[in-house]
Amino acid sequence: MTDSGFRLKGSVVTTVLLEIQTFSIDDIVFHLKEKINQVPHFFNQAPIIIDISKMKRGIRLEEFEELIQSVGALGLGVIGWRCDPEALPVWNASVTVPLLPASKARPINISPAIKEETSPDVVVKTVVEERLVPQSSKVITKPIRSGQQVYSEGDLIILNQVSAGAEVLADGNIHVYGALRGRALAGVKGDVEARIFCKSMEAELVSIAGSFMLSDALQNIVWKDSAQVLLVDDSLEIVPL
Amino acid sequence: MAKIIVVTSGKGGVGKTTSSAAIGTGIALKGHKTVIIDFDVGLRNLDLIMGCERRVVYDFVNVINKEATLSQALIKDKRTKDLFILPASQTRDKDALTIEGVQWVLEELAKEFDYIICDSPAGIEKGAQMALYFADAAIVVTNPEVSSVRDSDRILGILQSKSKRAEEGKEPIEEYLLLTRYHPGRVASGEMLSVSDVEDILAIPLLGVIPESEAVLKASNQGTPVILDSESEAGLAYMDAVDRLMGEERPLRFLEVQKKGFIKRLLGG
Repeated sequence: MTDSGFRLKGSVVTTVLLEIQTFSIDDIVFHLKEKINQVPHFFNQAPIIIDISKMKRGIRLEEFEELIQSVGALGLGVIGWRCDPEALPVWNASVTVPLLPASKARPINISPAIKEETSPDVVVKTVVEERLVPQSSKVITKPIRSGQQVYSEGDLIILNQVSAGAEVLADGNIHVYGALRGRALAGVKGDVEARIFCKSMEAELVSIAGSFMLSDALQNIVWKDSAQVLLVDDSLEIVPL
Repeated sequence: MAKIIVVTSGKGGVGKTTSSAAIGTGIALKGHKTVIIDFDVGLRNLDLIMGCERRVVYDFVNVINKEATLSQALIKDKRTKDLFILPASQTRDKDALTIEGVQWVLEELAKEFDYIICDSPAGIEKGAQMALYFADAAIVVTNPEVSSVRDSDRILGILQSKSKRAEEGKEPIEEYLLLTRYHPGRVASGEMLSVSDVEDILAIPLLGVIPESEAVLKASNQGTPVILDSESEAGLAYMDAVDRLMGEERPLRFLEVQKKGFIKRLLGG
């Protein structure tokens, strides 16, 4: 709760960049539709930025608004547009979506010959970075109370208890150096190698990469004792430590 | 600077108002100037427990809305010196409380009082969050049964995440467990959770254990805080809790099943 009823926070969102090179609304819609059909889940309601900085000829406001409409109709959400700040159209303030600052990345100059060869009508550039660096783990020292939820993109290490009604999730492993009474879900992005370790197994639910087990079943294997949970041939194994 | 203590629980009917009245009175008995605020707007109860219901003219919401001054709304307790009550409004709801309004009232009270006890409403919504937002310490009132313990755990999570201290990254709220309506006989027979069961689940320092007692109901109906009844176990247990809150060491009492009397044993107990 704050005085104003809200909080302003910075946030980084992965978006799709639609870089227009030559403007032809029909071609753009046609090819974009094709791309979307290949991976419909990826594009469904995906935030998208329209970039006209690479366009050789200028574009009229009506044309640009039509493009925004058409892209929106394909199920994408246009969150902004970009253009070369040196060639800012006169109508820039009239566009219905916000103008975003130009990308800081300078294009690498390639020889004109090659440039000519590779100029398809539409280039859909996804700015999803392949992250190869392992995510750092999150360390929690306080108890996780009922109703609280903690998520780590790497391992999750809790030096306290996890109460009943609390939920801890991690892309990697989960370690609980206290009683695990709530729900623990490791490998939530599908890592079948992820494991859960706890000092006292009293969980409501444990899950690894989507395979789960409830407390009723756990009580027959290990209860109120240290244990690890791992996935062996698609089935959960609870092993005393 | 005044210390703001919220008496909270999540669950209703566990003894928040009884405990607020008893602890507030106990602190005042020790010579600290104390005010108890009823945050349960719309379900005003504290005035009944304190026996001052006929003296309520203006209330907390009137003060927030500047319809009355603090001194007009504060009710001086007739029995205990240094004790005041700020009653809730019965005709309004929790939306009448604003963070700015509550902050202003607390700042004004802090100029005069040593301790401000906030009697929280049940639940985890706006009213309860308002009561705990400015707290320096929290007394979590819990009954020895699973649903009350679960709700207390939930409110502890809210104390850690939605209080002013948490939002500003300051030293966290001091948390104390007050176990009420404890019945040693029913614990022994396994019908109730034991002190150690509850301590194990909530993992916060124990302020006191108040035994289930007829005296509590009697005191409530008479409008006298039970702590003033030094004949009753509940009254003595509350006094112990206040002593511990003030940093004194007190052994736990009234945790054992009452020993059968000589006659009963003689008759084959």
